[in-house]
Amino acid sequence: MVKKISDKVQFLKPSGIREFFDLVIGMDDVISLGVGEPDFTTPWNIIESAIYSFENGYTSYTSNKGLFELRNEISKNIKKRYGIHYNPETEILITVGVSEANDLAMRALLNKGDEVIIHEPCYVAYEPLITLSDGKAVIIRTSPANGFKLSPGDIKKVLSKKTKAMLFNYPCNPTGASYTKKELSAITNALKDRDIIVMSDEIYGDLTYDFEHTPIITLPGMKEKTLYLNGFSKAYSMTGWRIGYACGPEWLIAAMNKVHQYTMLCAPITGQIAAIEALKRSYNSVLEMKNEYRRRRNLFISGLNEIGLEAHMPEGAFYSFASIKKTNMDSKTFAKKLLHSEKVAVVPGTAFGEGYDDFIRMCYATSTDKLKEALLRIGRFIKRAGK
Amino acid sequence: MDEILEILEKDARATPKEIAKMTRKSEQAVKKAISEYEKKGVIIKYKTIVNKELLKDENCTDVLALIEVSISPERGSGFDKVAERIYSFPEVKSCYLLSGGYDLLLIIEGKSIHTIGNFVAEKLSTIDHVRGTQTHFILKKYKDGGDILRRIVKDKRIAISM
Repeated sequence: MVKKISDKVQFLKPSGIREFFDLVIGMDDVISLGVGEPDFTTPWNIIESAIYSFENGYTSYTSNKGLFELRNEISKNIKKRYGIHYNPETEILITVGVSEANDLAMRALLNKGDEVIIHEPCYVAYEPLITLSDGKAVIIRTSPANGFKLSPGDIKKVLSKKTKAMLFNYPCNPTGASYTKKELSAITNALKDRDIIVMSDEIYGDLTYDFEHTPIITLPGMKEKTLYLNGFSKAYSMTGWRIGYACGPEWLIAAMNKVHQYTMLCAPITGQIAAIEALKRSYNSVLEMKNEYRRRRNLFISGLNEIGLEAHMPEGAFYSFASIKKTNMDSKTFAKKLLHSEKVAVVPGTAFGEGYDDFIRMCYATSTDKLKEALLRIGRFIKRAGK
Repeated sequence: MDEILEILEKDARATPKEIAKMTRKSEQAVKKAISEYEKKGVIIKYKTIVNKELLKDENCTDVLALIEVSISPERGSGFDKVAERIYSFPEVKSCYLLSGGYDLLLIIEGKSIHTIGNFVAEKLSTIDHVRGTQTHFILKKYKDGGDILRRIVKDKRIAISM
């Protein structure tokens, strides 16, 4: 019966961490740096608002685009923080996480053979989503030499007649690379005069540590050609609620909504109500968590470098993408051996793009006690490996 | 508040070296700041929060009471002198001056209800200026100083996610 699976899915690259995931699940007392989410639970006022909504019987569908109150809050929030106006009626769509928004955008935009520029290392879903929509991912490989950042030159090199869009993620999962306003201007200059849609996945935007996050839509001429993607998962510690949103030109939001209404109908109402509370009264919690992540980042990155791994300072998100080159192990071997001998779980670099076999991703959204213990264990492991 | 204090308030075991890394300051600078805070009395001491309810040993579990105290202020020193007379007893764990229906709020710790009863009857009520007291015994502590008292919560996240 396997033969009945469509070619598209059959030939879709399997997620590079499946077998690794199964290994970790069977083990006790593992310190996991392999997660992709915050360790904080959702701030209580947000959880409580959801409980209250249940008690009041809010258990129905919402409009396809999502609760108007939530779209309106998002619109007000973007206006207040960045001075950009999106019409909550026509230019904002609530989705099931940014993941769904990405999928919708690809399906709404791509014809067979259309090219989408992505940068690697990147979030694991980008290339498969493009492939599923019959597009072609054109990959720019970034390197630690320039902090895993894209340069305008990189982009110009791969632009072609078939380029339909560019999917851009900053701060970046897994590298933590982000862009100052100046660096971002250089990137958008490379796209000037080109009829290209930029999908800007800024889910980690609020977790930028050393400078102010600049949404790409605030740069001249960019709002019209950008699909701004954000959500509540990372900054508000709401991964399990699955609420994201897309803001963009009316024609694109309408097209995405067309797919959304047939596939998802709407995002869960409870999560949407919780998201309203998040926007109205929870920004202080975001700042507190961000301060905590910054301290952990500083502690963890300096610790990694002390034990002999090369780790650059991530500017945002909560991951370190560190080089394990010195150990002469490929990333899967490193991850497996580390797990078996020291019970620390990390994600092999190859999960985030070909050519990153000298890297591992470690998440520092975990308590400082655990981070310190993990550093001890990894240090021990590297020492043994060096003998 | 200084970030060094923020870190220590959450974890008194954080070493100057770790704090230096977290704040990207030099270890020397952190040590100096901490020692100045200690000298000035900004940092009073470093303590551990113990959840005594989890101790099996009955002798370790003290009785806590919250006592509302009405006092008449003294000429010259207001409430401070009277408060000092009261909070200097080692049984008094906390002492606050409040606005509203009564003046001082005390948290008293004792071996048993009787010890606390004796303290109120023999010590507290007999102090000049103390006009009256209301004792409430604490039945259960859920949260103390910002910390929820319960067993360590297990990480509910799946070990590997993207």
